[in-house]
Amino acid sequence: MDYTFHWRPVFRQLPDLLEAALVTMEVAVLAMLVGIVLGMLLAIIRMSGRRSITWIATTWIELARNTPALLQLFFFGFGLGAFGLHLSPFLIVLAALSFNNAGYLAETFRGGFTAVPPTQKKAALSLGMTLPQTYLRIIIPQVLRVVYHPMTNQMVWSVLMSSLAMLVGYRELSGETQFLASKTYRIFEFFLVTAVIYYVMVKLILGGSRLLSWKLFRY
Amino acid sequence: MEQVSVFTAFQASDLWFLTEAAGRTLLISVLAISIGTLFGCVFGWLLSVGRGLADATLGVFLDVFRSVPLIIQLILFYNFFPIIGFNLDPFASGTVVLVLYTSALVAAVARGGIDSVPEVTRRAARSLGMTYWQDLRHIVWPIGLRAVLPSWTGVALGVLKDSALVSVLGYVELLRASQILMTRTQEPFVVLIIVGMFYFALSFPISRLSARLEKRWQYD
Amino acid sequence: MIEIKGVKKSFGDLEVLRDITLTVDKGEVISVIGASGSGKSTMLYCINGLESINAGSILVDGEDVHAPGTDLNKLRRKIGMVFQQWNSFPHLTTLENVALAPRIVLGKPKEEARELARKQLAHVGLGDKLDVYPSRMSGGQQQRLAIARALAMSPGYMLFDEVTSALDPELVGEVLDTLRLLSEEGMTMIVVTHEIGFARDVSDRVAFFCEGVIEELGSPDEVIENPRSEQTQKFLANVRT
Repeated sequence: MDYTFHWRPVFRQLPDLLEAALVTMEVAVLAMLVGIVLGMLLAIIRMSGRRSITWIATTWIELARNTPALLQLFFFGFGLGAFGLHLSPFLIVLAALSFNNAGYLAETFRGGFTAVPPTQKKAALSLGMTLPQTYLRIIIPQVLRVVYHPMTNQMVWSVLMSSLAMLVGYRELSGETQFLASKTYRIFEFFLVTAVIYYVMVKLILGGSRLLSWKLFRY
Repeated sequence: MEQVSVFTAFQASDLWFLTEAAGRTLLISVLAISIGTLFGCVFGWLLSVGRGLADATLGVFLDVFRSVPLIIQLILFYNFFPIIGFNLDPFASGTVVLVLYTSALVAAVARGGIDSVPEVTRRAARSLGMTYWQDLRHIVWPIGLRAVLPSWTGVALGVLKDSALVSVLGYVELLRASQILMTRTQEPFVVLIIVGMFYFALSFPISRLSARLEKRWQYD
Repeated sequence: MIEIKGVKKSFGDLEVLRDITLTVDKGEVISVIGASGSGKSTMLYCINGLESINAGSILVDGEDVHAPGTDLNKLRRKIGMVFQQWNSFPHLTTLENVALAPRIVLGKPKEEARELARKQLAHVGLGDKLDVYPSRMSGGQQQRLAIARALAMSPGYMLFDEVTSALDPELVGEVLDTLRLLSEEGMTMIVVTHEIGFARDVSDRVAFFCEGVIEELGSPDEVIENPRSEQTQKFLANVRT
């Protein structure tokens, strides 16, 4: 083994990497929020049973789940160019991640709603609650518990997936790492440190989610 | 004629180029899924048997593959092999990483499958005079398999899609081929749609097969 | 007073209720017995508007449940209902389960609603379980919780839909005791049940349902001890063995 490791350049750039990690978190969280809203909408459309609109939701969900995330990224990056639509790297990443998140979360939400027994609705109505009250106080809190764990996983996935951004020239953690690595030729060292940062981020999300769940779900 | 011209840059030979690339995607995925499943089952069994000790060692190790982006893993290993004196080509190092990645995912699934078999069922098997291995082969395997088949299918489909990332190492599978074609034809939209359909065509049989098995097992 | 007049109800081709007429007076306890699928539970759902009807009418205190202009949410406040599957809200503690509806439906202040809930829970013997989540309680306790929850709305009527059917045998007694207590307090109740002994001891009248019609209606002495209809005799013979 005649390779000598050089860690100095990496540690000198550590602040840059950590800053880029924040960018990763930002875009992942943003994509998650957009994904939650759109995913909820898709789930409602799909459950509505109206043929005229369910096909849109179904197509979206199937495409998001059955094609590689990278292909989706390329689609927003290059495919839209065919229509003269050129997004900034940030928007490409945000759109692709949101598209993917929404597709997966839609199925999660649908599962969550079917997991709450229909008798819960009957019981709430029989107490004189209105339909909005029934959903807000009785159904949705229970759905939230069912989808909480899958949603946490999707958040982790959102962070991991955002690494693809380096392929469309966005400088989040991976993009920044690639940039710095190619400047210094310490590819292995840089990516190893980045791997550690990703690992820590994922653990923080999972840990935070667990703490929050203790507070939220005491039953 | 204006509208037709959108498709002219894309030729029949390009379709063949993509088909070949799809073959490579299939090859690397099948390798990763089959070998990864094999390792994953062994790891899952170790985790289930080893409990705390296995969790603290093997469990932590496997967890790394699930907590670091696959693309980072690929770049890391591709650059690591030369350091320890192996010069692996993109296909070989891509396969190694995908196998490790798959086995980490399957291990979690397999462990869940083994743990899903009730202790009383296993005691019943042993009380009939079955050996440990007979119990594992004739009781735990069939019951656990049914319990986790959907999860395993999810992993397999995920690996098929994630194999697209091997393209960053330069291995010309489906996604890399699409990049090459996009550059040449300047028809990104058409190329991406066709490649999307290829992925769909590859994953569809797997999900159908799994759904059919699930249905058949439900009724007997 | 609940007046059910000529009610018909079908699910698709299946006619579940065929011309049901029944009047329940204030303070009366009516037990409804009959085989599964005879339409007993469906009738309860129709009374508080959880199911629509195809013909006839149901009046509660003179108000037509199924008239288009009826405010069902308001009407349901005076009709408490307890279901076969204990429908406690799993994400709320026992106290919150009971206090929620008085607070958001009746608009009572939080403390008043909680005080009311404490009282009702003590009433059904759950005074020591206020901060427990339903998943930690037995089926019988959850069913009593459901009763307390309905009672907290101070309903004029209580509907019980096979409330002991899903319970382990040893838990049936505690729930029936609670029902007995309510009847002694003068609550107007319609009790769909398979507990023939309970129907005989507690009810003022017993209705025997058979294939969507009331086959026999009268005092427990008449319907259970000396049934005239052959269908009733057959059903009772089956249940008793």
